[in-house]
Amino acid sequence: MIAASILAAQAPLSNFFTSAVILATLASAIRLATPYLLASLGETLGQKSGVLNLGVEGVMLLGAFFGYWTVLETKNEWLGAAVGIGVGAIMGLVYAVMTVNMRAEQGISGIGIFLFGLGASELLFSELVGTPLPLTSKFDPVAIPLLSKIPKVGEVLFDQNVIVYFAIVSVVVMTWVINRTTFGLNVRAVGETPEAADSLGVSVAKVRYTTIIIANMFAGLAGAALALELNIFQNNLTNGIGFIAIALVYFGGWKPSGVLAGSLLFGLVVATVNQLKTLGIVSGTTASLVTTAPAILTVLALALIARRASDPPSALTVPFTRGH
Amino acid sequence: MKSNYRKIIALLAALALLGAACGSDAASTDTTTAESGSTEGGAEFTVAVVAPSAANDLAFSQSMHDALERLKADGTISDFVISENMFVVEDAGAALRGYAEDGFDLVIGHGSQYGSLLQEIAPDFPETAFVWGTAADTFGEPNISAYSAAADQGGYVLGTMAALLSTSGQIGIVGPLEVGDAKLYIDGFKAGAEATTPDIAVNINYIESFSDTALAAEAATAFIGAGADVLTGSAQMTAGAIGVAGNADVLWFGTQSAQTQLAPDVVVANQVYHWEGILADLIGNISSGTLGGQSYDLTLENGGLVIEYNDGYELPAEVKAAAEAAIAGISDGSVSSMGG
Amino acid sequence: MLNFPARAVRTVKGMPVKRNRPDLSGVIVPLGATALALLIGAVFILLLGANPIVGYWELAKGAFGGVDELADTATKAMPLLLVGTGISIAFRAKVINIGGEGQIIAGAVLSTVTALAVPDLPAVILIPLVMLAGFVGGGLWGAVPGALKAYLGVNEILSTIMLNIVAIQIASYLLKDPLIDKNQSGAANIPQTVRLSENADLPILIPGTRLHLGIVVALLAAVGAWIFLWRTKWGYRVRAVGESREAATYAGIPVKRMTLLALTLSGAMCGLAGAVLVFGSESHRLYIDGSSAGFTGSAGFNGIVTALFGGLHPLWTIPSSFLFGGLLVGANAMQRAIEIPTFLVGVLNGLVVIFVVSAERYKAQLGRFLTRNNTDPDEPNSVASFQSDDELGINEGAST
Repeated sequence: MIAASILAAQAPLSNFFTSAVILATLASAIRLATPYLLASLGETLGQKSGVLNLGVEGVMLLGAFFGYWTVLETKNEWLGAAVGIGVGAIMGLVYAVMTVNMRAEQGISGIGIFLFGLGASELLFSELVGTPLPLTSKFDPVAIPLLSKIPKVGEVLFDQNVIVYFAIVSVVVMTWVINRTTFGLNVRAVGETPEAADSLGVSVAKVRYTTIIIANMFAGLAGAALALELNIFQNNLTNGIGFIAIALVYFGGWKPSGVLAGSLLFGLVVATVNQLKTLGIVSGTTASLVTTAPAILTVLALALIARRASDPPSALTVPFTRGH
Repeated sequence: MKSNYRKIIALLAALALLGAACGSDAASTDTTTAESGSTEGGAEFTVAVVAPSAANDLAFSQSMHDALERLKADGTISDFVISENMFVVEDAGAALRGYAEDGFDLVIGHGSQYGSLLQEIAPDFPETAFVWGTAADTFGEPNISAYSAAADQGGYVLGTMAALLSTSGQIGIVGPLEVGDAKLYIDGFKAGAEATTPDIAVNINYIESFSDTALAAEAATAFIGAGADVLTGSAQMTAGAIGVAGNADVLWFGTQSAQTQLAPDVVVANQVYHWEGILADLIGNISSGTLGGQSYDLTLENGGLVIEYNDGYELPAEVKAAAEAAIAGISDGSVSSMGG
Repeated sequence: MLNFPARAVRTVKGMPVKRNRPDLSGVIVPLGATALALLIGAVFILLLGANPIVGYWELAKGAFGGVDELADTATKAMPLLLVGTGISIAFRAKVINIGGEGQIIAGAVLSTVTALAVPDLPAVILIPLVMLAGFVGGGLWGAVPGALKAYLGVNEILSTIMLNIVAIQIASYLLKDPLIDKNQSGAANIPQTVRLSENADLPILIPGTRLHLGIVVALLAAVGAWIFLWRTKWGYRVRAVGESREAATYAGIPVKRMTLLALTLSGAMCGLAGAVLVFGSESHRLYIDGSSAGFTGSAGFNGIVTALFGGLHPLWTIPSSFLFGGLLVGANAMQRAIEIPTFLVGVLNGLVVIFVVSAERYKAQLGRFLTRNNTDPDEPNSVASFQSDDELGINEGAST
């Protein structure tokens, strides 16, 4: 299908293979991937401790709205990001009470968070803001000394805004926390064999509270980052990013590095399709079929590597009760 | 046995409660209808709108909201209500029916997906006037009217200006799906640009979504990267693209509603839909007993489409003159907004 | 994730099979939780400057206040019941199906194509045929993640989310070009089909209302799913896989095929919902504009909630779908009546789900309280169907 549409197109495919276009596509991929990556990283930590949260999208929307509103009122993008994180923490607390204390069914309770976040962000936007106004302050790109001086590639890869750097650093930090720290050990224990962890004196509830709240802080930041990147809030701004972020956790095999790979792959395919359409290489009605490429390729890629991918945490979605 | 007995009693009690509630509700429904029926007559004219997106979307739904605000301000209508975000077609059907039952004088289905609903609903409410758009079909029903906007006309005018203002010879258009009002506008814009500067490159990226603001922004970024110095687009997700244009100091042309506030420095002009003219005409007809059958079209000539220039942008006089000439040409029929 | 009362265990072919008969606690607790959620919603309504008592009165009236309203509620309930039934089947095999939206669309598209291909067949043949086409279309779209999970180990949450996107884009493409109504006046280009064959219309059951034959289809499907799950060998195997893959493998049950079967059937139920949505719709056309919600009303997600309210039991999903459908219909009516923003409807739905799922644990306690004097294990009013803990811990250590 893709090949056919390229043949029928007006512009030649070679237009895509210029260094400028490829670098622009890479930059686009990084921008697109950042909210996916942030949300996925949080969800990874949550799932490592045995908690599935299908409400990422709802938390992202709340983070996006409150982040946007804060920057609109205060003109302070740092405060906006902080408020996004704070809203995530509050929603995390709610979800922790639901899943840890009330032991709610995780496959479904997250849908409630999603519906609530979607409705509440739209309601607050229409009541508090009304018609959309653009933000005038945003995170400016920060060039990394030396690296950003590499011709062409440097500007694309090493001249990003602070949230992109934060997301990348978070991959490293989270890998280290999960694999190398006592807390990480506890998280894995709680996610795999909560009874054993409990018998060794690890508080399952405390660990899960911590991971859920951190996970939702990442989701809140992901939403705020999106609104700040776009300078605007609109109803349903995230448009499914939160759900795809959950899918990418499975793609990444519960590893921060895998999640990074998944986010970049997804972002890269979306950016490539977008570039091909912009340059007129793919056009007409078949272009809409090419739009399915990111979804199909992600599934195919996972199908090919699945046998090597790790299993989910054994106690994922299982509430813990003492005394079994 | 004992516990079973208790449960049955409880269940019966619950059912009785439900039954009682239903019974009294049915009675009160009748009184509501009677009340709203009696408010008719005189200068009272109430309008209900069902719209697919938010009334503050700075695009299609907002254009109708703003028009009704103007009609309310000048006293043509006494009041209006709006059900926004009714993108679920079946829910929109229920809302349209609900408004007809509530006795509104005019019920507007502000979305081309609502027409086939009205075709089914209108015959059940022969006393209520319905109108929908953008479309031309009234299905032969005596109480359905239709409205459309010749979005290609304003598109042509804006395209003319775009071609004159572009120094790189590259124009980018961000579209949703290649359907309806958006396609009409984009086709007209392309025709206007190409008629003005035959060798100009007009590229269109239909992003296949009315809601993916982030992708619309990336499409705009990609156009700018490829050399475009003038952008336009249609539908509510372009808010993301307008922001990109504003940051990159690339010119933007808006449509449906005035989008200047999204990027005050770079929006050159907007094609704004002014539905109030045709609605006032429609309301006049309804008041004199003609409930439907008309098909309206917003055009530059009848004042439904207005090219609103951004005062904050210094438009060269010759560009404005070319735009005015295009408006005049389209209005008198000497220029075809679809090119040729 | 699913637990069954230990008390009612009996053994068939060496595998424990739990009784699953819900009782009154399964009704009281969700209703109580819903009331609490609405109480919080009342605060929101007050903050918006409207009267919550009037609002909820309008909600109840709009949902259950008369024959028309009840018919609307039942109409809204149909896709919820079908999707909820499908979700229940998948959950019984411990498969989370988030692909309802895509499967609804797949069913809708295949049934639409069928109706376009053979429009002149008589209604008695065409209606069952388009329903079958919906069933097959959704089933195929469910079989893809089923096979990917069973044979390639691709997690179904990933694949069903991604396949939703694929289904929407394919449907958008079809409605933009090959399937679009080419006789639209003017330059409308509305992405919808022609008015489909009248022979495929689901007949209205109560004249003057919107209640159509789809309700019978949905009820039959729910009963059929119950028979399948609890009265057939295949259903027993599906549930056995859900309870423990290891034990099922040990007992010689083809685990992979059962996983495929569960997701296929789950998708088929959603596909059936798609067919019911098309041929029971007011417009009798398929319209898709780049997102699924406009057509499905998010039934693919709301159906998950409905299934939970029904304790993941197809029969209890029947009243559950009616109540949840009533909430959706009534909330829209309330929004129109007291002129609060539409968005509050979503907030209310979210709150109801949050409270109902959180209250699940109290169901078991109430269930025990209600059945304290009841010692006969075969007594129909046994313990609650769905609970998270305190009973037999089949979840512990089991993987997805």
